[in-house]
Amino acid sequence: MSETKVQSGLRKFLHELTLAQLQRAMRLGFRSLWQHRLRSLLTVLGIVFGVCSVIAMLAIGEGASYEAQEQIKSLGSQNIIIRSVKPPDDQKASQGSQSYVLQYGVTYTDADQIQATIPGVMVTLPVRDIHDYVWNISRRVDCDIVGTVPWYTSMRNYRVARGRFFTENDMAARSSVCVLGAEMVPSLFPLESPLGKHVRVGGDYYQVIGVMETRGHDATPADATASKDKPAAFRMFVPLETIKMRYGEILMRRRSGSFEAERVQLHELTVKVDSLDKVTTVAEAIKTVMEHNHKKKDYQIDVPLEMLRRAERTKQIFNIVLGSIAAISLLVGGIGIMNIMLASVTERTREIGIRRALGARRRDIVTQFLIETVMLSGIGGIMGVLLGVTIPFVVSHFAGMRTIITLWSPLLAFTISGLVGVVFGIYPAIRAANMDPVEALRHE
Amino acid sequence: MASSIVQFDNVRKTYQMGPVTVEALRGVSFDIKAGEYVSIMGPSGCGKSTLLNLLGCLDRPSTGRYLLGGEDVSGMDDDSLSAIRGARLGFIFQSYNLIQQLTVIENIEIPLYYQDRPEAECREIAHRLAARVGLDHRLAHKPFELSGGQQQRVAIARALVNDPLVILADEPTGNLDSSSGVDIMKIFDELHAQGKTLILVTHDPGVGKRAQRTIRLRDGHIESDVRN
Ligand SMILES: Nc1ncnc2c1ncn2[C@@H]1O[C@H](COP(=O)(O)OP(=O)(O)OP(=O)(O)O)[C@@H](O)[C@H]1O
Ligand SMILES: [Mg+2]
Repeated sequence: MSETKVQSGLRKFLHELTLAQLQRAMRLGFRSLWQHRLRSLLTVLGIVFGVCSVIAMLAIGEGASYEAQEQIKSLGSQNIIIRSVKPPDDQKASQGSQSYVLQYGVTYTDADQIQATIPGVMVTLPVRDIHDYVWNISRRVDCDIVGTVPWYTSMRNYRVARGRFFTENDMAARSSVCVLGAEMVPSLFPLESPLGKHVRVGGDYYQVIGVMETRGHDATPADATASKDKPAAFRMFVPLETIKMRYGEILMRRRSGSFEAERVQLHELTVKVDSLDKVTTVAEAIKTVMEHNHKKKDYQIDVPLEMLRRAERTKQIFNIVLGSIAAISLLVGGIGIMNIMLASVTERTREIGIRRALGARRRDIVTQFLIETVMLSGIGGIMGVLLGVTIPFVVSHFAGMRTIITLWSPLLAFTISGLVGVVFGIYPAIRAANMDPVEALRHE
Repeated sequence: MASSIVQFDNVRKTYQMGPVTVEALRGVSFDIKAGEYVSIMGPSGCGKSTLLNLLGCLDRPSTGRYLLGGEDVSGMDDDSLSAIRGARLGFIFQSYNLIQQLTVIENIEIPLYYQDRPEAECREIAHRLAARVGLDHRLAHKPFELSGGQQQRVAIARALVNDPLVILADEPTGNLDSSSGVDIMKIFDELHAQGKTLILVTHDPGVGKRAQRTIRLRDGHIESDVRN
């Protein structure tokens, strides 16, 4: 039969179907499906598993990408982060000689040049990291002492929970003040408030002027890709000038019996770009400056915005793959349903003949079989949605993974399963309707 | 004189079987008036079922005219024919043709179902007709739980439910033993007495005799059309 005939027939049929008729047809359809419960169940399993796996996989994928994106976002999407990295070949050389002073990493010159010569750079944020023990009388924690500037908080979207961050005045005066990361407070000051107290690092005392807010994770680019169960590192923030004065540039580290000296000026330099669309060009410019200044690759440039875009692209690909799997499984499910409906039409030829003889029009027969198919796939869809919504809960509960069920995914999956019913139900229904009543009545 | 309910005017029906053309009816003309009780008889293959299918608007004549209740139905489209079957005709078949999944009362209701009558009304009419054929105690049963005679009575109730212009029966007693056959024929006599128009195809001369008028077919022609 021609496509237009089917279309116009369908339009007419939808137009004239009243609610009461629909209700009756649905009751009839339900009974007929219920009569063959096992067969109906087996028929819809394809749809059930298709829908369920789509929802579950989407929820797990969404959860994973959400976590990654949150971590990247916390680095600031307008920021570019340059970190000092120990060159791999120098690491070997340093093992042999004890007096060797390894010099690498981002320098103050780099920072000044980037700030002065690249247009679009708003501020730069130098960070110097020193690893040491921090003491409160007899309590001790292993801590990253971060020497930085007062605008660190605003650039890193990292807020002070209690007290205050240090100011320009603290910087200029090289005062011995510090702000503690929230995570280390319970270990150092389990009972009292740390504000106003002093902590000791080596021979120096620092007054605690503030405590940062809690962070679920550590906001370093390395962590955004590393495993998630690593606890946030303990951190203490001190004015950069104070650190420079206290530690100089050469850091001594005792490592497996020998001393190791490193000369690192800055461990990290964050560059904030004044608008989002300049981030890529500025990143290119920084790369040029750094390549010019450094013979060895003793730095690493991270662009959170690009990481974010990469993560989004990954997610898109993931969604496309999922979509194809879903489409294939629903197609297979639909074919299964069509197969059973065709068998059912043949089996019920006599019934069709009787109904036609007693006044059923072609479209009444179409309605009957189409509704049956749509109900079948719709019920499969509902079962799939229920199962698909439960699985992510089980996964987050037992595997501790974050899962996010977006509202649209069950809705979409359910709608598509209904559509599958219509698409794969139409052919058997039309075949039933086009039977010759006389022949159908003669059918054994 | 009562008006004509069925008018056949030189009706032919041919079937194309590949290269072979089978002429099942070769120009049949007759009139049936309201309230008549007509039996159609003849040897096997003479075209009785073909004629009844045409009368029942299940099929269209190849040529010729068929007026049902004064309306020409020979050229109508499928939807209109369905509507006419549902509203104006009642069918009774040799093999009962009840829907096995449905109960007795639901089977009786089917023609009304396609007329878009309110459900309560359908139920009520179906009840009345079930009582009339003596099956009001079997309403919730499925057809396979009934005897052949009972099933045929359900079919009769179903044929009456839309208060049809003509009741068409194709060998209604063909599958029944003689005593149930007699029961069914008694119901037909009652219907005739109430003024219903009945057309009945049969092989059984005893059954044919009960009708007022017998049309005999042979090879697609009317051989004789006599009043008993
Ligand atoms: N669909 C069809 N296609 C081809 N030929 C057909 C078809 N239906 C009926 N015929 C032919 O038409 C002729 C009349 O058939 P019909 O079924 O009307 O006979 P009948 O009088 O009812 O016979 P019986 O008493 O055995 O039921 C037969 O020769 C039959 O082969
Ligand atoms: Mg026959």
